[in-house]
Formats: sequence, structure tokens, C-alpha cells
Amino acid sequence: MDRFSWSNGLLEINETLVIQQRGVRLYDGDDKAKLDLGVTLLSTHRLIWRDIKNHECCIAMPLSQIIFFEEQAAGIGKSAKIVIHLHPVPANKEPGPYQYSKYSYIKLSFKEHGQIEFYRRLTEEMTKKRWENTPVSQPIPTGTGSQAGKTRAVGIVGIERKIEEKRKETDKNISEAFEDLSKLMVKAKEMVELSRSIANKIKDKQGDITEDETIRFKAYLLSMGIANPVTRETHGSGTHYHLQLAKQLGDMLQAPLEERGGMMALTEVYCLVNRARGMELLSPEDLVNACKMFESLKLPLRLRVFDSGVMVVQLQSHSEEEMIASALDNVSEKGSLTAEEFAKLLGLSVLLSKERLLLAEKMGHLCRDDSVEGLRFYPNLF
Amino acid sequence: KMRRGVGAGAIAKKKLAELLPHIKTFKTHLEEFASKHKQEIRKNPQFRVQFQEMCATIGVDPLASGKGFWSEMLGVGDFYYELGVQIIEVCLALKHRNGGLITLDELHQRVLKGRGKYAQEVSQDDLVRAIKKLKVMGNGFGMIPVGGSYLVQSVPAELNMDHTVVLQLAEKKGYVTVSEIKDSLKWEKERACHVLDHLLKEGLAWLDSQAAGEAQYWLPALFSELTSRDVTPEEANQMTP
Repeated sequence: MDRFSWSNGLLEINETLVIQQRGVRLYDGDDKAKLDLGVTLLSTHRLIWRDIKNHECCIAMPLSQIIFFEEQAAGIGKSAKIVIHLHPVPANKEPGPYQYSKYSYIKLSFKEHGQIEFYRRLTEEMTKKRWENTPVSQPIPTGTGSQAGKTRAVGIVGIERKIEEKRKETDKNISEAFEDLSKLMVKAKEMVELSRSIANKIKDKQGDITEDETIRFKAYLLSMGIANPVTRETHGSGTHYHLQLAKQLGDMLQAPLEERGGMMALTEVYCLVNRARGMELLSPEDLVNACKMFESLKLPLRLRVFDSGVMVVQLQSHSEEEMIASALDNVSEKGSLTAEEFAKLLGLSVLLSKERLLLAEKMGHLCRDDSVEGLRFYPNLF
Repeated sequence: KMRRGVGAGAIAKKKLAELLPHIKTFKTHLEEFASKHKQEIRKNPQFRVQFQEMCATIGVDPLASGKGFWSEMLGVGDFYYELGVQIIEVCLALKHRNGGLITLDELHQRVLKGRGKYAQEVSQDDLVRAIKKLKVMGNGFGMIPVGGSYLVQSVPAELNMDHTVVLQLAEKKGYVTVSEIKDSLKWEKERACHVLDHLLKEGLAWLDSQAAGEAQYWLPALFSELTSRDVTPEEANQMTP
């Protein structure tokens, strides 16, 4: 069902209605779709479905999405169905009712009959492929996205068949990848549920788990990408991995921090460190978690969050008083400064210069003149 | 009646011990999957979307840590973390011109250009996910819905609903006037001016007071002609910010 896109249901120029049938329910693979009964319309270009009660709920799919289709006879208490097998979702598909489906087929269930005629007409349209000859005004995403280019000239049937085979194989590979992914996720889900139950038990009575076991468990949660509910910790939310990382950062950032006046925005650190690593990069969360451990490891760096939400790594040696004093000195010397001017003076980023000026202002040493020409700071003579 | 205390702890211990072989088995499955389909993740943006959504469904964040299984075995981490670096760098390079606000389209184009023609394809969905991860590092990374897409904010400028609504109004032409705001949003002149002043101060809007008729407030983030010609920082300072 993830091949459908929202539609206004209006036919384009060159698009003709072929047949419509009331009382159709859609199925996502073998599951009933989360939609009610509706009308199914077949045009020369698309398969359209509209909710009977809510006309604004209307979806469509290009016929080129269809690989093949088959009838499924009615049974006791079961309506007749047409099963339609589909190409994978094209990259440029417009949004629809389903973001994702584990099935590569849908079913039309004919509650008010009409499946015989519908099947006949669908067969006709899929044979004629009229959408290829009369493109509509709006671009309709093709089923495969392959730019192989189909020629209809007689005598090139062999090439066409090869292209079709290759396309089927690519589709098969992709389908296989999706299937394997689904199976993997089922197993992953089992792991997640098991960990959650363990985590809850630990939370309830942590006393009987050793520190070592807890640390290993948290490392495991980290590996799986499961959020850690076991928060009561001596070292914050970090693990051995983050501990090591913190030490590495302590070494690595010393010189760059000195060069930049003792302070760097966390995003700057992120870029610096990851560019240096080249691979096995740090996630933003890894970086934050590692920086949070500076203090407990007694490293000469600190993670600091300004009022604005800007996060920086700061050298311990560059104290608050020094920064404020330097801001005041510079502003006094020049009479007044904007963040940009201050940045140029110190060779700092505008972002961090602004934070320093704001800090000095907060402490009462500077006051501001806020106009459309910019924010300018003056020594506070009050 | 369950006795709390020692009982619960022992169960947890036992389960932890059971967990280990499970982890080993899962890693094997993951390795098998990686050996067959690792390329698919790298090459296919649609596959990445499915992968991410499935992870979200089961309650797993594959991008939480570079040390995660997903990262290490599927390489999915490096893909997004590197993208994060590229996004930060593009935003930083253009900040003097657009004040820290850029359309997702422009960001996408520039990131693609920076990656070179032999790099893997990157979709807008990829960018959005990378940006979501960047948020955890402070610094005001955010996304504002505008005209069917997004504006990406990379500075901690405070933008409330009023500012956002004016940005959305300006999206069609790249600029907006006080009259347009009054007419479309039915605001008083003061409210419109207050919002525009804030955008000017934050460097997100530039004032063209020479415009015929009424003063126009241009948003460099939305104004594509301006962004196609490279404005130097010096030039930027000379214009009326």
C-alpha cells in the first residue's frame, strides 16, 4: 500500500476513465488496509481509489507500478479479489497513506461484485499500456525509475526482453533486500523487548546487579541503539567507550582550543574530530556524552551550555573572570563593539564572541544598544 | 505475591546471562545482512528511509552512537555523521549572507556539490535525519516548515510563531512588505514592524528602502538570485542588515 499517493482524483488531459466499481476494500498484502469501503476507478494511466463517505480521501497509483495481477476466487464469507503485484516504490513517489509496507502486493476486494469486468478491463489496459503513448500534463512517477528507455519499434523485442529481465532481477534484488531487512527487524525487535524487560528489572532493584554487569548492559544498549532507562549512574549516561573518548578528546583538543582563545562551539569540535578520524566517526550523541565526562575524569576541559543553548567546549584554564575582563577591556578600548567587530579582534567565531559579550553583560559590566543596525555593546557606566 | 528485593535482582541477573548468546546470534544475523545488502544502504535513499522507519518502529536509534552495531556493520552511522559535518560546514560558510537560515533545497544542492560527482546519492530525507541528530549539540539547529518544504536554521536566533508565519509569507517572492503582512495576516502595523525588526537584527532579512512604492524586506535564505552570485563578507557588511 505504500505505492499509493494522495490524489485529488481528477483525471488529467489525455487520461480517460475506463471503468469504476463501488464497494471495493483495499488490502495491504494480506492485511486489511486502514481505509474504509470505497470506489475503485481504472483509468488509462492510473488506479484510483476514493473513500465512499469521505470524498477527500483519495489515492492513486500509476499503472506502470503493476508487475502482474491475478484473480482470487470468492469463498465462503470472502469476496472475490484481484491480487496486484507491484514494483518497488520509486524514489520520487509523492506521499500517500502508507509510508512503508512490508508487502509488494495489494488486493482489491469486491464487496459488491464487479470483479470480472474490472479484471477484464485491467487486463486490456495493461496490455495496451496507453499511458506510454499519451503522457499526461503532470509527471507521473514511473514504476521502476530505470532510464532504460523503452522502444516500441518492431524487431527489437529481444532487447526489450533483456531489459525487462534485468529490471526484474534488480527488482528481485531490491525485494530480497527489503525482505531480509524485515526478517532482521523481527529479530531486532525480540532483542529490544528482552532488553527492556531487563532494564525495568534493574531499575526496580539495582542492588543485586554488580557495577560491572550494569556497565556491560549499558554498553550493549548503546550498541543496539536502545535508549538507556537505567539512569542512576556514577558516571552520567556514559560507558567505557565514552570514557575512552573523553580522554582522547582531552588530548586532541588542547592545542585547537588554545588557538581559538580557549573555547570552541561543539559543532566545531564535531567537524574537527570527525574530519580527523575519516572513518568510524563519532555521532553527535557520542560527542556530547564524552564531553559530559570531562569533569568526573578531572580533565582540563569542560562542556558548557550558554543561555542561548549554544554548547561549547572550554579550557579550564580560561576562567570566566578572564573572559569577562578581556571583553570589558576590548569594549572600553574601542568605545563600543558589535559581536562581529569583537570576533575580528580576537580571531574568534562571531557566535562565541557574542556569547562572551552577553556573559559580560549578564555580569553587569557591559550594556547594550539594540537597534536595527545591530547589537552593540558599551561599558556599563551605571 | 511477588517478593521484591533479592528475587527481582536474581531474575535480572539470570536474564542478563541469557542475553549474551542472544547478542552473539543477532550480531551474526546482522553480519549476514550486511554482507548481502550493505551496498543497498549506501546507494539507495529509499532503502535508507525504510531502514530508519523500521528501526523507529521497534524502538531503536541506529544513529545514536558510532559504536552501535548498525553503524559498525552497516556503515549507516558514518554516512549520516559525515553528512552532518557537511551540513554544518555549508551553513557556516553561508551564515554571513543569510544569517543562518537556508532552504532545504539550497542546502541539498550545495551539499551534493561539495560531495562531488562520485559520491553516493543523498536525499532530502537523509539531510533531515542528519539535522535531527545535530540538534543534540545545541547551537540552534532546527527546521521551519515553509511553502511545502523547510528552512533550516543553524543559529540560535529566537524565532517564534510570528516570525515563522512572516517567513512563510515571504517564501513566494523572497521578500515581504509591511502592507502585505497587514493584508494577509490582518496584523497591526506595530506587530508587523516588530517582527521585521527582529529579522533584520538577526541578519535574516535585509532592507531595500529604495524599492518603488514601499520598503521591501528581503530574506537572503529565500532569494535565489542573491545566492547565486557570491557575496563577500565585506559586501555583506556594507549592505543594510
